[in-house]
Amino acid sequence: MAEIQIKNVAKSFGAYQALNDINLTIADQEFMVLLGASGCGKSTLLRIIAGLETATSGEVWIGGRRIDHLSPKDRGIAMVFQNYAVFPHLTVFENIGFGLRMQKLPNDEVTRRVERVAGLMHIEMLLKRYSGELSGGQRQRVAVARALAMEPDVILMDEPLSNLDALLRMEMRAELKGVLAESKTTAIYVTHDQVEAMSMADRISVMHEGNIVQAASPIEVYRNPAAEFVASFIGNPPMNFLPANPQGGGKWSVAGQTWDGPATEKPLLQFAIRPEDMMQTEEGLTAIAKVVEPLGAHILVTCDVAGSQFRVILDSEMSVRPGQKLTLSPQPGRARWFDPETTLAVA
Amino acid sequence: MNPRILPYVLILPVTVFLCMFFLYPFVLVAQQAFSTETGFSLDNFREVVDYWRFPISLQNTLLLAAAVVPFQVGLALLMATMVNRMKRGRDMILYIWTIPLGISDLAAGIIWLAIFDQSGFLNSMMNGLGVIDQPVNLLSYQNPGMVFLAIALAEIWRATAIMLVILVAGIGLIPKEYYEAAEVFGASPWKRFSRITLPLLRPSLQTALVLRVILAFEIFAVVAALGGTLFPVLMGETYAYQFDLRNGGAAAAMALIILAISIGFTLIILRALRVPKGASI
Amino acid sequence: MTDTVAIDASADTRKWGKVLYVSTVVFLCAWVLVPIYFLLINTLSSPETVTSFPKPFWPEFDLASLTFFAGFDGMLSALKNSIIVAAMTMVMSIVIGAPAGYALSRFEFRGKGTFRLLILLTRAFPLPLLALPLAVLFIRTGLDDTAFGLALVHTTLAIPFSVLITFSLFSGIPIELEEAAWTLGCNRLTAFQKVVLPLILPGITASAIFAFVISWNEVFAAAVLTIENRTLTAFLLQNLNTSPLHLKFAGGFILVVPALIFIFAVRKYLFAMWGIANR
Repeated sequence: MAEIQIKNVAKSFGAYQALNDINLTIADQEFMVLLGASGCGKSTLLRIIAGLETATSGEVWIGGRRIDHLSPKDRGIAMVFQNYAVFPHLTVFENIGFGLRMQKLPNDEVTRRVERVAGLMHIEMLLKRYSGELSGGQRQRVAVARALAMEPDVILMDEPLSNLDALLRMEMRAELKGVLAESKTTAIYVTHDQVEAMSMADRISVMHEGNIVQAASPIEVYRNPAAEFVASFIGNPPMNFLPANPQGGGKWSVAGQTWDGPATEKPLLQFAIRPEDMMQTEEGLTAIAKVVEPLGAHILVTCDVAGSQFRVILDSEMSVRPGQKLTLSPQPGRARWFDPETTLAVA
Repeated sequence: MNPRILPYVLILPVTVFLCMFFLYPFVLVAQQAFSTETGFSLDNFREVVDYWRFPISLQNTLLLAAAVVPFQVGLALLMATMVNRMKRGRDMILYIWTIPLGISDLAAGIIWLAIFDQSGFLNSMMNGLGVIDQPVNLLSYQNPGMVFLAIALAEIWRATAIMLVILVAGIGLIPKEYYEAAEVFGASPWKRFSRITLPLLRPSLQTALVLRVILAFEIFAVVAALGGTLFPVLMGETYAYQFDLRNGGAAAAMALIILAISIGFTLIILRALRVPKGASI
Repeated sequence: MTDTVAIDASADTRKWGKVLYVSTVVFLCAWVLVPIYFLLINTLSSPETVTSFPKPFWPEFDLASLTFFAGFDGMLSALKNSIIVAAMTMVMSIVIGAPAGYALSRFEFRGKGTFRLLILLTRAFPLPLLALPLAVLFIRTGLDDTAFGLALVHTTLAIPFSVLITFSLFSGIPIELEEAAWTLGCNRLTAFQKVVLPLILPGITASAIFAFVISWNEVFAAAVLTIENRTLTAFLLQNLNTSPLHLKFAGGFILVVPALIFIFAVRKYLFAMWGIANR
């Protein structure tokens, strides 16, 4: 059992506050992704869990044991680094077996475990090579194998795929997910790539300016963003926003149209909608197409709605030309509403 | 160990060592220079400055630096640009050109003695060319120009390598794109050198010059090997005060004078070649 | 028609440029090598040939000069002293300097700027002059005329270099390698032993050799601080006026040999040593 609990963790570098009072529980065997733009604190949080960085305050527990005062080697973790950190002076075999040798395991046990994880990562034929003779993808595999060989309670990964090219990244994504599910370890995975986060995570923690804004399943994060930041960060392109004025009785006026919304007394709300959740209707928002980008199965149309930029994704069967006038309505149940004061979602 | 304390523990040995053998001796040397039996006085300075050999040794040291250093800058720049565009044999050429870096000034003096000595190779060569038929004593008091030339050549031979290494390293830091951009805009090779290499090389030139000029004022063994007492220089006089005349106070005063000249020139170089903030690579 | 002429002309200029370039390179190589070759001829000639006129431009491979050098009173012990002092300097400058290089490359700490300034400052001073006050100090502490006393001064000369070189060497090793070792069961010390040290050893060797040569070549402090236990440089300097030519040349040659090996051994690191000065 290796449940991870992060309690009130904060970190400051001088006057700069990198993390504010982080609380997060990660279940045993869960695959948790920390997602955010660079500088949001996701790597700092990971390094605090690893013990490479010391928190200014707060506690970290792994499997019911408080570990934030321990050195990295005593925490029962293994880590995969962004630039792989494969030791250049050791063979692949000795790299994978490095941690096992430090534990002074007998030779045959080391060999057995190295060969097992090498088989898992499909690098059996590389065991005698040095890192200088490996490609980026192979080094990545060695780094993962080295972490798995430790049979850790928790495996920490800091943007492990970001240095690979696009095709290799897609391949490794699926493979890594499979291997980790099989190994039954708890995993924390840091990335700035939302596609990676969506496709791999059991749960995503979206981080922004040292806070966890939302921690939820990928589909929840996508469909029900808890805050404006999540809505404007997740999705490619992200959600559209338009100001909405109250008409009373749960009715809201958005760019001249009146739609059903939440029954609250707020003087102003933000109406938000995903580009693919708008459809062409007889009546609706008036949108002037500005730029039309064919994406294959769909077209992305950047429009002007009441002076704001508004993007919609339509079927590529439709022919839309710049300057054309479109009338659009949201698909039922897909609109989201945010309070501009708190930036949080309003049900 | 606590990562807050660890760096201080690691730098402690060097700090203690430099305090004991670098800062403290300088305090001592100053003390020694400014004091006689009667307490604080400038007598030591008066004594060394009034000595008849002082003006000539100061003049010799400065003249030598003035003759040698600019020539070395030019030569090192030439060598550095040549190495930079070299494709084949770069490593070997660089190795050969940097050999003098490891050779002591005394050995360099002896090497050039083998050339300029009465039975040296220069005499033999001139004989071979039919210029002379009797060996000439080139390094005598009748030939002060020749003594100067021999010392200058030995210095140029020995100490250009250090500038070369600094400048090659500096040129390596200049991104190739700048040259390609300049070439696209139609800059000739000379213009590329004078408008890109030279200005961007300023920090390296600064380092190389400071180091070289300080070493030039420390010149000692090359002169001792080639000129002996024919060509007095400041460092040689200092050595003589300390060793032959057993006058520690005077030697300390000389040391401070050399130090003052070195610092003065360092400041001048730093000022003349300063790089505006934000204009570095 | 005019086009071809123009092309020919530029091809001609380029050809002459190439010839000029290659001959300059060759000339500059000769400029460095020929004087050393002359010293080699003198060293490998009999004492009579060394003082003869005109001179042969080919060594006669006579070992009489070198034998005379080896037999000259005090010369072998001077050679031995030089090696002892240089070896001490080498060990001290690395043992004292490398930890500081590591601290500079791995930690941000208060006073780091001041410390770097102190290191750089030492290079802007005519360091051999330190020998003067130390001569007095050493007499009081009994370190005068000892190899260890001189090695202390030479270490002062070598330390700025060893700090800056090891700083650049350590900086060349990604911190992630050490962090990876920590997560794999190492503490700071074992991570250093198992990961950093093997990677850095060639560079450390180079900077140790550099320290050796700094000491080996140093003349002024050696001459001031030793009397009975002369190093080779101090011994040669002291006897410049009195010793015969072939002795000077043989001694000079012995001084040059380590330099040739040294530059060859450290050629890969030559720029690491100075590249740092550009930042």
